[in-house]
Amino acid sequence: MSLALIVILPFLGAILPALMIRAGRNACATSTFTVTLLAFLLLMTHAPAVFRGEIVQIRWEWVPQLGLNVNFFLDGLGFFFAGLILGIGLLIITYARFYLAKEDPMGSFYSYLLLFQGAMVGIVLSDNILLLLIFWELTSLSSFLLIGYWKHLPEGRQGARMALTVTGAGGLSMIAGMLILGNIAGSYDLSVILQHKEAIQASPLYLPALLLILGGCFTKSAQFPFHFWLPHAMAAPTPVSAYLHSATMVKAGLFLMARLWPVLAGTDEWFYLVATTGLITMVIGAWIALFKDDLKGLLAFSTVSHLGLITFLLGLGSPMAAVAAVFHILNHATFKAALFMNAGIVDHETGTRDIRKLGGLMALMPISGTLAMIAAASMAGVPLLNGFLSKEMMLEEAAHTAWLGHDWLIPALATLGATFSVAYSFRYIVHVWFGKPAGETPRHPHDPPFGMWGPPALLVVLVVLIGLFPAAIAGPLVATVAGAVIGGPLPDYHLAIWHGLTPALGMSAVAVVVGLSLLMAYTRVRRGWAAGPHPEAKAIFQGTLAAAVRLAQFITHGLHNGSLQRHLAFTVGAAVVVGFAAFTAATHAPGNRELLPATPVAVVVWSLLVGATLAVVFLHRQRLTALIAIGVVGMVVSLTFVYLSAPDLALTQISVEVVTVILILLALNFLPKETPSESTTGRRLRDGIIAALAGIGVGGAAWAMTTRNAETLSGYYLEQSVPGGGGTNVVNVILVDFRGFDTFGEIIVLGIAALVIYALLDGATHGAVGRKLAAWAPDQKRAADRHPLMLVVATRVMLPLALMVGAFIFLRGHNVPGGGFIAGLVVAIALIMQYMASGYSWAAQRMKVDYHVLIGSGVLIAAATGIVSWLAEHPFLTSTFGHFHLPIIGEFELASAMAFDTGVFLTVIGATMMALSNLSRIGCLAESLPLQEAPMEPDLRNANEKAREH
Amino acid sequence: MEFLLSSAIGLLTAAGVYLILRARTYPVVLGLALLSYATNLFLFATGRLVLDRPPVISALANGYTDPLPQALVLTAIVISFGMTAVIVVMALRSYLENGSDHVDGETHSEDRS
Repeated sequence: MSLALIVILPFLGAILPALMIRAGRNACATSTFTVTLLAFLLLMTHAPAVFRGEIVQIRWEWVPQLGLNVNFFLDGLGFFFAGLILGIGLLIITYARFYLAKEDPMGSFYSYLLLFQGAMVGIVLSDNILLLLIFWELTSLSSFLLIGYWKHLPEGRQGARMALTVTGAGGLSMIAGMLILGNIAGSYDLSVILQHKEAIQASPLYLPALLLILGGCFTKSAQFPFHFWLPHAMAAPTPVSAYLHSATMVKAGLFLMARLWPVLAGTDEWFYLVATTGLITMVIGAWIALFKDDLKGLLAFSTVSHLGLITFLLGLGSPMAAVAAVFHILNHATFKAALFMNAGIVDHETGTRDIRKLGGLMALMPISGTLAMIAAASMAGVPLLNGFLSKEMMLEEAAHTAWLGHDWLIPALATLGATFSVAYSFRYIVHVWFGKPAGETPRHPHDPPFGMWGPPALLVVLVVLIGLFPAAIAGPLVATVAGAVIGGPLPDYHLAIWHGLTPALGMSAVAVVVGLSLLMAYTRVRRGWAAGPHPEAKAIFQGTLAAAVRLAQFITHGLHNGSLQRHLAFTVGAAVVVGFAAFTAATHAPGNRELLPATPVAVVVWSLLVGATLAVVFLHRQRLTALIAIGVVGMVVSLTFVYLSAPDLALTQISVEVVTVILILLALNFLPKETPSESTTGRRLRDGIIAALAGIGVGGAAWAMTTRNAETLSGYYLEQSVPGGGGTNVVNVILVDFRGFDTFGEIIVLGIAALVIYALLDGATHGAVGRKLAAWAPDQKRAADRHPLMLVVATRVMLPLALMVGAFIFLRGHNVPGGGFIAGLVVAIALIMQYMASGYSWAAQRMKVDYHVLIGSGVLIAAATGIVSWLAEHPFLTSTFGHFHLPIIGEFELASAMAFDTGVFLTVIGATMMALSNLSRIGCLAESLPLQEAPMEPDLRNANEKAREH
Repeated sequence: MEFLLSSAIGLLTAAGVYLILRARTYPVVLGLALLSYATNLFLFATGRLVLDRPPVISALANGYTDPLPQALVLTAIVISFGMTAVIVVMALRSYLENGSDHVDGETHSEDRS
């Protein structure tokens, strides 16, 4: 449990600094520190077990079907990294309290920092690689927030975006690689994967998996050629740089290479990919670092170089090199974090980080200067400091490794890297702290408060102690961690300052001598460097990005330039192409279902449909005619449903037909009555071809389907309808009972559609559109007889009858065709007839029901029916029914599904009426009619006009 | 009979597709209505064509057609009415706003589309 808590604590604690900042900056920093300290102490409680060689585990199932489990485990490697992350985190939190300026929002800084910390700890403690990937992505995201913390600096934003793009792309590659790896091993649990070395390395997918995983590791750990994001991430505040680039984020890639070392390393592919990349990165990074004038730029490229060194060691694949890698990770974290904080102090005190403007600071800032000297000397690999020891081990390994048969190549390159490393490290010492005093710095420098130099001082003490007594201070830790990396017996080694006159010592000596002479002749070396080419990574990156954006825009705008016609043509065209491609790619046998005979009546009705459809197409410019034709199509569809055993559908279709026609008529009141002829013949031909192909495709699919038999699950519904749902009309029972949840969703959609209509139409009554409506001139002559007497009388007489029919259809719906949908539509038609016959104002005054309320209560009643079944401890919408006896009426049945159907009924009435009545209201507004109380009054305006005409 | 229904579905689809590719909102509304018919009939036909066997349980019936596609189509009819209504009202509002019933809200030369 406490293991998971180590990961969860920083995430939970991330809220604290955001809240505590109200209590002041100290409270904010203290809360962050406390959270991290708690996690650190929890980690330390496991130290005895880890040093005994035990593995602490905790396992929870999350999505076991996917192999995704919340499994954490703690062994030497995880302990080491978690310790680095939390331990250096504590120092950084302290340092940042004094570093951040008053105007910097400290709360969000510490919140981001804790999120990042949690994600990093998650990576190093995950036992499940899918879980690890989640944390991996979280580090990319949270580091984006940290690097871009100074939102007002364009460099900060660009650097953050570049880091996110590069590490995010690497993360994608990593996901693919990890999935392959998990597939080969048959499990996504690291502890299982680590047992399958032979299976993984023998798999044909080993190389793809390796390449993809290395893609993630190399981008994260800034290996050549992905190293370019790291220097740009230096736009972040210095505590972020110190944290991300010494101990945490960039080490995540190394961690993963170390974690998977037992199963991935040891092959030729591994050696040539990893060791070569590491070696190149080491040399190039060190070379560029020598010419960086920005202190943090120098440290950034130095970090790139040292990461390359560690990658190179891991790539060698020998246990001895793995020990050296672990040791150097530890040493690099100590001296590099100290140096980053030191660079921040210089920046903070002098106001500049430009080495050319600095010099002679030793006299002004003796404490910081001394710390810088020791840490930089360790980076250079000066004896008696920890950097020397691990660098020596690296050179020793390099000394007897051949590359493609050339045994001089690797030692030479390693010595070259070490030489540059000596040169830039001493440049940091000499050009900043000694020499000509800096006179022109923006601020007058002096040593900062203890809070800022204390944390680096602590690290420098470690640098010296490990350097002097490596076996005593770091020995047990290195042994435990290296044991976890190697996953087998440790090689015979001892951490010591003096190993005798080894080749490594000679290489070291060469590096120091040549490195120092490079620095002596710095001006000349620099001139030579300036003459060479310098590809600017940022420009290349942004150029590539811009090209990608242009390509995306070209494709997107080509497909969709804002024209609906073009967009729809592409959409339908694509569907046609895909459909026909699939059809021609497969083989087809003719259907074997016994077909129904085509009766003469059916043929006549079919001809009617064909004629009406063609009429819609060819007469669509005459809009009213086309509406009549489409009404005929609707009738034929209803008849089809009657004929083919679907009475419920026929009833629904016919009622929907009526309301649709009324709706379109109301809209046509405003819309032009004719469509202009504007398409070219070519366009019509193109559309005709697309349409014909789509029609042939869909018709063919329908033919193929209806001529084949198929197994369906309808048997279940037919059997269960009466015993399970208490109704004989299976369609209705399915709607309100078996698939009630579907229906519930659909009435909500219907309600939302009605509200959208209300919003669109209500919005049309105000503003510019409202004024346009008020000044509306009807384009057709109005009938003098606005409310025909016969219609008014007939609809009023029919209203109670129609309502009765609606109630009847509703009540019988469970057992014979009918139900809430159809009843709702019938009642809506009865009501809308009143609007049509007697006018909007008259009807609206008498309709006491608000349609919003009707829709809302309908949905709520349906929901309440569902929730009631919870009370009886059944799932949502479980129905029940029973038979009751009443005097006179006799035996009758009552099902809870009826209540649900009532909800459907009310929603359908509300939605339909909302659409139609609001359209009528707009019509009323446009005609600027006086409120007519008496519906049978003649329309006086037209009468007056007529009188004038006479 | 199967041929009649399949060809009708095909024709409705073709007519619907042709109309939704027109430049004015009204034909697009009609096209969508035709496509709704076609789709509903297609969905209905997944239960295969059966005569005189409505899915209403009764002792006299000698078999039933598949009720599930019917239930799906019933709600589909109502929903497509709701969507037609939204499209019609959108077309209306767009016409009132822009003074043009072109689908892109403005009349422009065909080379852009």
